[in-house]
Amino acid sequence: MLRFRLAPDNMKFGFMRLRRVTYPLSALLSILSVVAFLTLGLNYGIDFAGGTLMELRAKSGQADLVTLRALGDKLQLGEVEVQAFGGDQDVTLRVRLQPGGDAAQQQAVQSVRAAVGENYEFRRVEVVGPRISGELVQSGTLGVVLSIVAVLTYLWFRYEWQLAIAAVIATMHDLLLTMGFFAITRLEFNITSIAAILTIVGLSLNETVVVLDRIREILRKFKRMPMPEIIDTSINAVLSRTIMTSTTTLMALASLVLFGGHVIQSFAVAMMFGLVIGAYSSIFICSPILIYLGAPSQGEPEKSGP
Amino acid sequence: MFRFPRWKIASIIAMSLLAFLVIVPSFLAKDVRENIAKKLPAWFPFYSVVLGLDLQGGAHILLEVDAADVARTQVEALRDDVRRILREERIRITGGIGGSGRTVQVRVPDAAERQKAVVRLRQQAQPNAANALGITSPPTFEVRESPDGLVQLVLSDSAILDRVRRAVDQTIEVIRRRVDALGTTEPNIQRQGADRVLVQVPGLQDTNRLKELLGTTARLEFRLVADPGYSPGDVDMLNEFDKDGKPLGSYPVEKRVMVQGEDLTDAQPGFDQRSGEPVVNFRFNLRGGQRFGEVTSANVGKPFAIVLDGKVISAPRILGPITGGSGQISGRFTVQQANDLSVLLRAGALPAKLTIVEERTVGPGLGQDSIDAGKTAAYVASVLVVAYMLTTYGIFGLFANIALFVHIVMVFAGLVLLQATLTLPGIAGIVLTIGMAVDANVLIYERIREEARMGRSIISALDAGFNRAFATIVDSQSTTMVVAVILYFLGSGPVRGFAVSLGLGIVTTIVTAVTMTRLMIALWYRWSRPTRIPI
Repeated sequence: MLRFRLAPDNMKFGFMRLRRVTYPLSALLSILSVVAFLTLGLNYGIDFAGGTLMELRAKSGQADLVTLRALGDKLQLGEVEVQAFGGDQDVTLRVRLQPGGDAAQQQAVQSVRAAVGENYEFRRVEVVGPRISGELVQSGTLGVVLSIVAVLTYLWFRYEWQLAIAAVIATMHDLLLTMGFFAITRLEFNITSIAAILTIVGLSLNETVVVLDRIREILRKFKRMPMPEIIDTSINAVLSRTIMTSTTTLMALASLVLFGGHVIQSFAVAMMFGLVIGAYSSIFICSPILIYLGAPSQGEPEKSGP
Repeated sequence: MFRFPRWKIASIIAMSLLAFLVIVPSFLAKDVRENIAKKLPAWFPFYSVVLGLDLQGGAHILLEVDAADVARTQVEALRDDVRRILREERIRITGGIGGSGRTVQVRVPDAAERQKAVVRLRQQAQPNAANALGITSPPTFEVRESPDGLVQLVLSDSAILDRVRRAVDQTIEVIRRRVDALGTTEPNIQRQGADRVLVQVPGLQDTNRLKELLGTTARLEFRLVADPGYSPGDVDMLNEFDKDGKPLGSYPVEKRVMVQGEDLTDAQPGFDQRSGEPVVNFRFNLRGGQRFGEVTSANVGKPFAIVLDGKVISAPRILGPITGGSGQISGRFTVQQANDLSVLLRAGALPAKLTIVEERTVGPGLGQDSIDAGKTAAYVASVLVVAYMLTTYGIFGLFANIALFVHIVMVFAGLVLLQATLTLPGIAGIVLTIGMAVDANVLIYERIREEARMGRSIISALDAGFNRAFATIVDSQSTTMVVAVILYFLGSGPVRGFAVSLGLGIVTTIVTAVTMTRLMIALWYRWSRPTRIPI
């Protein structure tokens, strides 16, 4: 029976040769990410920046973007961001954090309601006061830091130090590039983005672990094989799996991006990027590091199965 | 690999069937579900999956008790105490008794009297004598004395903290009564941290009304309007407003409160018999009734003010002693306002001002849209993944797909049994695990292919595939699990929903993708006795 396969059997591709291309490329992308992060910064959503987000639907006809944009000046709310999405009748309206504490944010919502409440249905209203947004920044940062620490501890116990360091570098690489992705695409950065980033860390490690497990297995079996060859054999062995799984997960994420609604879209887009980067780094970033670090010393070769 | 004891087969099938049964109620209409649930024993898990506010629509409002307001009230009370004590002890003071921030200060010129006052006040600061263990609670305030005659009382941190904590408890009680009056189902009101209260009301349409009910302190006071020639220190100038909030005028109202809202036992909206205007009828408790009777008897002909949160509602003239213990507030209300005011008065006053620090409201329409979008995404993802697995692995792909189906059912069953909240990111988490769930199968199948290529017999290749892939599956899933656990503890609401679905997905993957697929392949092997691996 003819089967559909993306990776041929018995593939013997020299991935390690490519490190002369992928290392400079990743270095460049990393630098670009840092620069973008430092110069452009992230496009913080109201979770972290505070302020008000409203989703309006015109009760009849189209949403009048011009009038809505003018609200900022009219009501003295500063800059008001208006974005259309979906049909012509739906818009999101974002009001920046108002000076004057929590009560001022509520006041802003009231004045918008009073101004356009007759013509628009308020489908969603989110108001985050200045203190809550500060706390969310704290807990978000704590979440990322804690996850990294937890994952590092896990790797430390699970692998020899060379493999652990390789995994850590790959994870940092993915994290860095994802932040760069957020900075460059101006994708809104919210609490759900933190969830996306942490999931990316999880998925990327998942890929890394699969590759490293195989490398370790082959190391035990063929003690005298040179390191680049061991890595190439391992990667070729797991490649079809990496492609399969990445494809199914990408399919799931793509359907979220296309059909999951605009609320979840940026979440899914970020995760798609992270997934691709995670698969890439497990092959091209994590593994070649072992060439430089050398093979971990091995004990008895693993007993092969019956 | 192929020795599956009967009990194991039976328990796997039983588990899957059970999972199916658990999710059935979620697909029934609400009234049908509730009817059936009534006939079943209470322990039977016949309930629907809990939808988050982002999916069913509703209001999520985080309120903060204003600690400064609590301190202010406490300083006021302390000032009254000081006044009472000094009067009792007949201690002469110069100037008034000042209160600001968390300090009350008074000037006692005579040194001997000052000494007496300080001793007496220090006793006051230690209201409870040492308990049986000889431990005294810390004093509620510190008394400082300076040689120039100034006596200062400073409230301690612990006293204010303690008062804030009690204020939050009281606030929760009051809010519960107020929200219940809205007639919504299953509001969730809980303490959050030291000084916050979270109010979640599912399915609420009009959040403005809710916010108004939450934002009003509703401190009702009956106070006399001061006689001409009052001293400015003893009165507040308070404004009166009309229906639309335009100021009508102001009254000099005595600081002294005759009767307070806490002395009300009931308040009901009604209409004035003569004018037909909406009014609020109220009844005092015994103490309030007596007090009101006394004051009105002594002040016939003078006006008094009904003050709500520092605003004069109305200032009628006392026509005669009111001793019946009941009365009427009329103050240019709309019907709705009279209604709300009686709700507020029945529920009692908030102990301190509340500030809305976070609000997230989703209309029911948007919630339904999100559910629909999530469903569509889940269907599309499933169809794609199923088709891809079938074309790649043939019959083994079919096994993986059956396992995938059971996996999704089990995730839902887990959500129902844990009564965990399904949120929009939670749906995304489930869709994501659709993609990830087959990872375990892929790992196993690829390993089987590889082992077979190396010349192993079918049975040994199958066996090696499952055994060797298992360690990697556990390894790789545990990294994602670590993340799910951290997200659960750090996130709130929607993010927590994502963590729950993700975590559940990982657990059920191991059950379905490993054990179930293994069972299916074992049965298939026994039945068809293949000569080559079909993948």
